[in-house]
Amino acid sequence: MTHPLLANLKLNEEGFMTDKSQWTKEIAVEIAKQEGIEALTEAHWKIIDFCRKTGEPTGKAPTLRTITDGSGVSTKELFTLFPKGPAKKVAKISGLGKPEGCV
Amino acid sequence: MKTFLILGAGTGGTMVANRMASRLDPQEWRIVIVDKNETHYYQPGFLFIPFGVYRPADVVKPTRRLLPRSVEVVFADIELIEPENNKVSLSNGKSINYDYLIMATGCDIYPEETPGLSDNWHKNIFDFYTIEGATKLHEFFETWQGGRMVLNVAEMPIKCPVAPLEFMFLADWYFTRRGIRNKVELAYATPLPGAFTKPTCSIMLAGVLKRKNITIIPEFNLMEVDNDKQVIRSYDDMEVPYDVLVSIPLNKGAEMIKRSGMGDSLNFIPANKHTLQADQYPNVFIIGDAGNLPASKAGSVAHFMLDILEANLLSHMKGQEMHAQFDGHANCFVETGFDKAVLIDFNYDVEPLPGMFPIPGIGPFTLLGESRINHLGKLGFKWIYWNMLLKGIEIPTVHSHMTMAGKKPIPQVMGVESLFTMKE
Repeated sequence: MTHPLLANLKLNEEGFMTDKSQWTKEIAVEIAKQEGIEALTEAHWKIIDFCRKTGEPTGKAPTLRTITDGSGVSTKELFTLFPKGPAKKVAKISGLGKPEGCV
Repeated sequence: MKTFLILGAGTGGTMVANRMASRLDPQEWRIVIVDKNETHYYQPGFLFIPFGVYRPADVVKPTRRLLPRSVEVVFADIELIEPENNKVSLSNGKSINYDYLIMATGCDIYPEETPGLSDNWHKNIFDFYTIEGATKLHEFFETWQGGRMVLNVAEMPIKCPVAPLEFMFLADWYFTRRGIRNKVELAYATPLPGAFTKPTCSIMLAGVLKRKNITIIPEFNLMEVDNDKQVIRSYDDMEVPYDVLVSIPLNKGAEMIKRSGMGDSLNFIPANKHTLQADQYPNVFIIGDAGNLPASKAGSVAHFMLDILEANLLSHMKGQEMHAQFDGHANCFVETGFDKAVLIDFNYDVEPLPGMFPIPGIGPFTLLGESRINHLGKLGFKWIYWNMLLKGIEIPTVHSHMTMAGKKPIPQVMGVESLFTMKE
């Protein structure tokens, strides 16, 4: 079942939000659930906030390296918080596009 | 006299030197190119060395001979770039002041960035992105009696994203020919969610992998190599055992880019993906894999950038607006073994599609399908590289901008898989 908050979201074929103005913290929580993250902790939010801040001016999602270099969180920790592809998952939850590193 | 300075005499730099030598007025401009290496390598040929298809001598030529006489060639390491002073310092103590700077310094592999990866380097862990690695791997393969070979891509982006797949397809062919394919297990561990970066092509290539009995381990993000246990371990603690590990280590731009404060976290130079101008410096342009563009880091991409770069440089020199726009065009022959290959053609926005290339309906090359002609095209490309591509000569019927002519859009109704129910 799609959560009512997610029902009207504009997404591309890979599930990334295409209209940044639709993003809210509540929506982030629901997208995270869909991505298999049951609850967003303070550690999660630290990274989401960092990505939204970096992504804001360009609309581009930061790559894994930009996140680890910029937020001070280790790669290992990042994979614990956002298992499998952290850069892609954070980008999705933060309402940003697909990180361009994945060419 | 004004100075047009090119750093790097690889594929991109050599092409720019040749093209601009015939465009810039020699009374007004001096063209200088700097490289540490007196030998030019045909890098797409490295792939074939481990399997004995090419010998090292087949992929080298003297750098000087590939450049016009009018171009000044300096063999030295680059110590530092001071873009605010338009100045480059070299290891031979000299420095060069420039009016325009072309960054063609490329990228390289850095095994030392991953714990354990360089410990048994060229013993039971190999690369094939350097001539040394490819040659050592060939020696190893010649006497190997079989076991489990794992190919791993440490992190994206890498130079030529299809090379790992081609390597596995050729390995399947090589060990079959040696009569030990039944003793060799082939596994490919990649950080990507599938075989390739673009969805349709990924499904197509996954089919080829499956048919050739090559296991794919997707979403594997390498943390370390455990040499005692002979496993590679991911950040989420997945372990993949190997007898021989073929690695595509972290790819980064040159260290001096970092020293000069010009790069991103991987030493790639932030540049406009359409104009090729460096974001921070109006008289600095990039070509090939030195930039941070979201395009394949392959020679064909550098080739398609050349026309755009030339047009924009000439406009910028005249103080005019730059109109030429690079579209991210890439065109790659993907060797699939047993004298066949697949051809893919794509750009920033359009993924590889099936069809015929370069002449719509006629070909002779088949897009996104295996054929023998494609394989001949791949081998013939070596001649084109030395004789046309490096010289900046246009290849007839192949254009800088990608074209939709001859391509078939994917029918939305049927599953993409149905396109590739293979006609063996």
